[in-house]
Amino acid sequence: MGNRTALFDRHQALGGKMVDFGGWDMPLHYGSQIREHEAVRSDCGMFDVSHMRVADVTGPQALAFLRYLLANDVAKAAPGKAIYSAMLNPEGGIIDDLIVYVMADDCYRLVLNCATGEADIQWMRRHIEGFEAALTPRPELGIIAVQGPNAIARLKAVACGDAGAALDAMSAFACAQVGSWTLARTGYTGEDGAEIILPAEKLEDLWQRLLDAGVVPAGLGARDTLRLEAGLNLYGNDMDAEHSPLESNLAWTVAWEPAERDFIGREALARQRTEGVRQRLVGLVMTGRGVLRAHQVVRVPGSDERGEITSGTFSPTLGHAIALARVPASAKGEVFVDMRGKDVAARIVKPGFVKNGKSQIQDIS
Amino acid sequence: MSEVPKELRYLETHEWVRNEGDGTVTIGITDHAQDALGDVVFVELPEVGSELAAGDESAVVESVKAASDIYAPVSGEVIAVNEQLEDEPETVNNSPYGDGWFYKVRMSDPSELDELLDADGYRAVAEEE
Repeated sequence: MGNRTALFDRHQALGGKMVDFGGWDMPLHYGSQIREHEAVRSDCGMFDVSHMRVADVTGPQALAFLRYLLANDVAKAAPGKAIYSAMLNPEGGIIDDLIVYVMADDCYRLVLNCATGEADIQWMRRHIEGFEAALTPRPELGIIAVQGPNAIARLKAVACGDAGAALDAMSAFACAQVGSWTLARTGYTGEDGAEIILPAEKLEDLWQRLLDAGVVPAGLGARDTLRLEAGLNLYGNDMDAEHSPLESNLAWTVAWEPAERDFIGREALARQRTEGVRQRLVGLVMTGRGVLRAHQVVRVPGSDERGEITSGTFSPTLGHAIALARVPASAKGEVFVDMRGKDVAARIVKPGFVKNGKSQIQDIS
Repeated sequence: MSEVPKELRYLETHEWVRNEGDGTVTIGITDHAQDALGDVVFVELPEVGSELAAGDESAVVESVKAASDIYAPVSGEVIAVNEQLEDEPETVNNSPYGDGWFYKVRMSDPSELDELLDADGYRAVAEEE
């Protein structure tokens, strides 16, 4: 038996098809992944993401530690803002990707992936030595993500006390502590919405209130198709310790300035930046019948080097297959994917296929 | 447990066969199979007029989760395919034993039917998974 979130019984009662995900028993869907996907794109859905690991970094040198630990510069985010970053090894490979919520100058809340969370904590413990800062895992907290064009309205309708007013005042990527809730205008779907970090024993009550308000429960299946449509990487698929942010469409998350900030992996990354990357992560679209899937081989005309699909799916919004793929850096235009022994044409595009419910497919020039 | 109609025959690979009593059979995938696959998004069917041998890969069903080969339970000529699945592949999820049928075959060796699993046999296979 895997780990269970505080909502496990609710998932089962709702007919959730439970699967193992990184050691956790989580709902894949509650009947139809596509209907759940569509609910998030057109109205509002909710996800139990309590399998993700929360940890706090606090103390007078908390910021100094995070600026050394992470490739993005947490100093860019003021209190009340979130920042996304990769955590690198000295070779520049990605150990994990995470969100840092800046709660105060000396208080930072991190949300880590479930499969990597334990190793991340060990890694951080090793590097926090020498800093006047403390690392505190918060396993007693859970997370519900409410996502979709109507997410904020629905959440306000069930929120207690000052949470509704706080949501109104928050722009994208803002965060705030309201009572026992850490409220954040963040998500993993390409839609408006919020994530609420709260004590696990309060999850059921919020879940039920959202359900009563007509919010559609959505599983990991829909979460995957939504994030892929939005062009968001998944750790373990599109990112790993063998590839740097520059090879993973995450160059935008690396803060080179100020030049004097030293962070783990900087030297290797700077070298790679000067020499140029051999491969990069791009989007693929295939409008014929069939579905692009992870690990299918990508052939680039005029190159002997092969690429590989890192994540692929049928896009419910677009009605055809989309994928992220790691290909030779010079590749663009038409490529061929080995789909079950057949050579099928696909087109390289910018990662990011759907934004706020609409297609945003763009060729790479 | 998913639905396993008594009157049908089955393959261990989750295809069902209905004997129409006139030398033809209708073929589809089971309720258990559609449930395991999740939302079906494409179905690739054989061509009408093509000859299949029992055990041949005869169709492909692609769901949000995976692509799966569909094997021919019996030998014979394909006499009809379910064109509705082209535009409405979700029919396989909604009605696996009814409107979600895949194709029909005129059998060249009706005795092959006797080698297929009955409902109890298939239920045992499905429950093992």
